[in-house]
Amino acid sequence: MENEIPEHCPGVQSEAAGKASTCDGCPNQKICASGEIIVEDPKIMVGIQERMLNVKHKILVLSGKGGVGKSTLTSMIARVFAQDLAKNVAVMDIDICGPSAPRIMGVEGETVHQSGSGWSPVYIGENLSVMSVGLLLASPDDAVIWRGPKKNGLIKQFLSEVDWGSLDYLLMDTPPGTSDEHLSIAQYMLPCQLTGAIIVTSPQEISLLDVRKEINFCRKVNIPIIGIVENMSWFVCPKCRKESEIFLATTGGARQMASEFNLPFLGQIPLDHRLTQACDEGIDFFEEYSDSATASAFIQLVKEIKAHIKE
Amino acid sequence: MANVQILPNVKHVFLVLSGKGGVGKSTVSTQLALTLQNCGFKVGLLDIDLCGPSIPRMLGLENSAVHQCAQGWVPVYTSPEQTLGVMSVGFLLENKDDPVVWRGPKKTAMIKQFLTDVYWQDLDYLIIDTPPGTSDEHISVLENLKTVKCDGAILVTTPQAVAVGDVRRELTFCKKTGLNVIGILENMCGYVCPHCSECTNIFSYGGGESLAEMGKVPFLGRIPIDPKLTKATENGENFITAFQDSVAAQAFITIVKKYMIPQEESMDVSEPIDV
Repeated sequence: MENEIPEHCPGVQSEAAGKASTCDGCPNQKICASGEIIVEDPKIMVGIQERMLNVKHKILVLSGKGGVGKSTLTSMIARVFAQDLAKNVAVMDIDICGPSAPRIMGVEGETVHQSGSGWSPVYIGENLSVMSVGLLLASPDDAVIWRGPKKNGLIKQFLSEVDWGSLDYLLMDTPPGTSDEHLSIAQYMLPCQLTGAIIVTSPQEISLLDVRKEINFCRKVNIPIIGIVENMSWFVCPKCRKESEIFLATTGGARQMASEFNLPFLGQIPLDHRLTQACDEGIDFFEEYSDSATASAFIQLVKEIKAHIKE
Repeated sequence: MANVQILPNVKHVFLVLSGKGGVGKSTVSTQLALTLQNCGFKVGLLDIDLCGPSIPRMLGLENSAVHQCAQGWVPVYTSPEQTLGVMSVGFLLENKDDPVVWRGPKKTAMIKQFLTDVYWQDLDYLIIDTPPGTSDEHISVLENLKTVKCDGAILVTTPQAVAVGDVRRELTFCKKTGLNVIGILENMCGYVCPHCSECTNIFSYGGGESLAEMGKVPFLGRIPIDPKLTKATENGENFITAFQDSVAAQAFITIVKKYMIPQEESMDVSEPIDV
């Protein structure tokens, strides 16, 4: 037998794995190029598992599609959970290139502190905290121009080094797609009794197309699905109070899709310019508009979620 | 391996970018492509959103497949005249619900193939639609376009601060990588109630324009929320032809005429549009 490792092998963890000229003809070229080989330091996995032992419900918020309201829903669900002062709630934003959680939760400009027990998340109230790459950047202009491996490294750090304390709910906000961040979070969280994923979509087929892919991704990697939420379902004109549908459910919307996949349908949230504004300003929508139809829709949604995660 | 020349017969290359998802990148890409096609140009549309390809559906090409020829992959054409050719990972999937679960390196390899192995023939314009973010796809496409004269990037945002914040980062990405910014387009500005005609700024107003001012790049205009446009993209219909007089169509036509067609070329356009 010749050398098992070809000369000039870039290494399986390298960016060039499977793609360097020396990889041509190597029997492992295909598997290296797929990026599926990731050698994990077992110590980090143990660190993640230790942290997660103190977290009761670990919930992912997913959508194949961007801009459907993953971050809005994550923060609103977190705020409703945190209305029960006996519960500790946290939001972890793993959208590395487009972190929205700091602004939506009203902590933009704040920074994360280091302590002996790890990174301290930023607290919005007594029992609600947030961690995001946005809290690590010096300026709102800073772009995080990272390829996959570096993003995975940060997610690993978020899971192993953030000192959340003891939590009842950890909500994990994700970027759109089915790529590095999603594979990594699945890989690290599945051995830690991940509660499941809430899938968010808007009603139109252009969005459902991507969301069906996300559901099939979850099934492929064994992420349990708590249910599906439809956001931006209708709009009520503030002047004439009449409803109109902006993003038409031309193929039956999320409800129809949920029944096709035999998944729970958790509810619908309307489009509301006051909600957009509250997210932009980072204020608590429930404090300002507690008796709005949108607020009740969220409270109903959280009831459904609690029923499905067996409180 | 010999150095493959990238996009040898393409005159103009434009990227459509946004840090934020769901702001209308694919809608803008398709409408600009259709507008250019209506102006009499030969246009290519390349969709490098590998995990969420929307272009095939928006152009009514959902069940089409890509064929091979001696020169490479043949793009899917919207009409027998072959004036608008499209390439997307959506055409390569066996089942449209199949997820593309790829990490960065595999996405990088696919994008390289899209740029080197597609037989576009002679194109006046190639528009590249991108996924949200500033990561593998974006770095890869720019690395591969190094040897090509790229006209620049059209940045799309919605007006609210949460979206503008991400597009601000994308602007930094363009500056860092030396990519020319054509300007910023503000999408989903204002919705006119079909019952009482009251206009509500559901996603706020003016964020794109302020960002353009702050970043000292041109402001390309604003597009209202128009259910006719949403419906046309849902059903793969040609919005630009069907609703030429709408505010949205006029905004796309203005961008094409003002920012995409060089002045000397715009004069000898065979079929100019009446504006």
